[in-house]
Amino acid sequence: MTAASSPVPAAFPAAGTVRAGARPTLLLLENVDKVFGRGVVALRDMSLEIRRGDFISLLGPSGCGKSTALRLIAGLIQPSRGRVRWEDPEAAATLGVVFQEPTLMPWATVAANVWLPLRLRGRSRRTVQPLIAETLEMVGLAGFERAYPRELSGGMKMRVSIARALVTRPRLILMDEPFAALDEITRFKLNNDLLAMRAKFDCTVIFVTHSVFESVFLSDRIVIMAARPGRVIRELAVDEPYPRSDSFRTSAGYVAHCRAASEALAAAMEGAAHAG
Amino acid sequence: MTLAERAGPAPAATPAAVIDAEEAARLRAERRERIGRWLLPAAVFVALIGSWQAYVTLAGVPHYVLPGPVLVAETLVRDFGTLAPSWWATLRVSLLALLLAVIGGGGLAILFAQSRWIEMSLFPYAVVLQVTPIIAIAPLIFIYIDSHTARVLFIAWIVAFFPILSNTALGLKSSDHNLRDLMSIYRAGRWQRLRHLELPAALPYFLGGLRIAGGLSLIGAVVAEFAMGSGGKAAGLAFRILEASYRLNVPRMFAALILIVLTGIAIYLAISALSWLLLHRWHESAVRRER
Repeated sequence: MTAASSPVPAAFPAAGTVRAGARPTLLLLENVDKVFGRGVVALRDMSLEIRRGDFISLLGPSGCGKSTALRLIAGLIQPSRGRVRWEDPEAAATLGVVFQEPTLMPWATVAANVWLPLRLRGRSRRTVQPLIAETLEMVGLAGFERAYPRELSGGMKMRVSIARALVTRPRLILMDEPFAALDEITRFKLNNDLLAMRAKFDCTVIFVTHSVFESVFLSDRIVIMAARPGRVIRELAVDEPYPRSDSFRTSAGYVAHCRAASEALAAAMEGAAHAG
Repeated sequence: MTLAERAGPAPAATPAAVIDAEEAARLRAERRERIGRWLLPAAVFVALIGSWQAYVTLAGVPHYVLPGPVLVAETLVRDFGTLAPSWWATLRVSLLALLLAVIGGGGLAILFAQSRWIEMSLFPYAVVLQVTPIIAIAPLIFIYIDSHTARVLFIAWIVAFFPILSNTALGLKSSDHNLRDLMSIYRAGRWQRLRHLELPAALPYFLGGLRIAGGLSLIGAVVAEFAMGSGGKAAGLAFRILEASYRLNVPRMFAALILIVLTGIAIYLAISALSWLLLHRWHESAVRRER
């Protein structure tokens, strides 16, 4: 809870403007394998360095281990081999997570849902009230504090889920296909807003998706993965500056990156087919 | 209407919205159903009571065989002085047994949720307790427990606790998997997990169990009174029924029976109201469907 009232530390320049090597490392995956009980190899030999300010997309077909990688980072499961090394304990302590479903407590109001991560650390509602209000305003839900999840649309529920992840002012957010179940108009809007929130709160994001377009629009690095066994095939850099707006979606650069990512993904699938 | 829609710009006021024939028919049907929901059972009630009274009067049935409803009502009023303490005794045992069932059943369910091993060890015995006909154990309970109140309470408790245990145990296990993961990521302790996730998620299940247990606690109390069959100050309504049957006082048997039925209905309505109060803000079962 350090950056609660000062969302953008001046010492840290915006992502995309700095050479990757100059940024401190948050987290390392070192030759990680994950084999599940019945011998299914969910992930083989995955290595990944996550640096402060990264927006990394894990892109790949179903069963390529992208969600497994996220669960390993979240500490929900342990690697069978290799290790997950945190270089920044603060990032581990404040970790934010957004699932594919909004995953809200239906019995609690929007404000109480957002309060949860702080409540679990013993912070009273009164002391964190301004923080909750600020976070809800940031995700565009000011005035909905007392609403119950069932009264909200799918997109709004997802915004609550994002607010809950942001309320700890995390250095790292893990997002597991958060917008996959939403309609395209809502998804585009949330993509734009996600980039804005990320700029404001200065957090690093690891974003799992199976949409080439979403990964290109959002991230500065795309990690392309293949299935059976789940593994990393390629890493692509999307060296386009932030902030990115709707006009980026129609730019030549965007189209070129989408083509490169699609080709790499197709190659990954083909390789996987041969391997399988 | 969801809040999302309400938050949008208000549509321009349209002059006198026209309702088409289909919508008008649907509205009429809704109104008919609202009225029918009360009117039909009330009409059946009146018809039953009326034909009962007519049969008894016209056929000249003696009141020690089948008393008419008017006589039963008169008896209920006249004998209320005798019946009221018994009513209170039965009600007290039912409510106390229900309270103990909530504590015992809910507590055991929470204990089971803490450890799979405890659940595996004990659950079969809860089932044994549940499936053994209570009336068959009653004589044993008579031998081992001295206090009349304790005996009756114990029997009513055995009958009532299982639905609460089984429903709550199921509810504690049915919390959202992602929310459980979230609790792990936020390093919630066992108590926090229970308090913030498992208990609220189990609440609708618990209330479902409570609704069943409410009726069973009354049945348990009445069965226990029959089985223990003692009179005196602690005599419940079941004892009054037995007593009246020995004396061929059939109208009083009916009067006591009516009190038991009313008590059961009251317990059911009270628990339904409690459910609504606790769930109507968020749970699908209590939320009115929007078209």
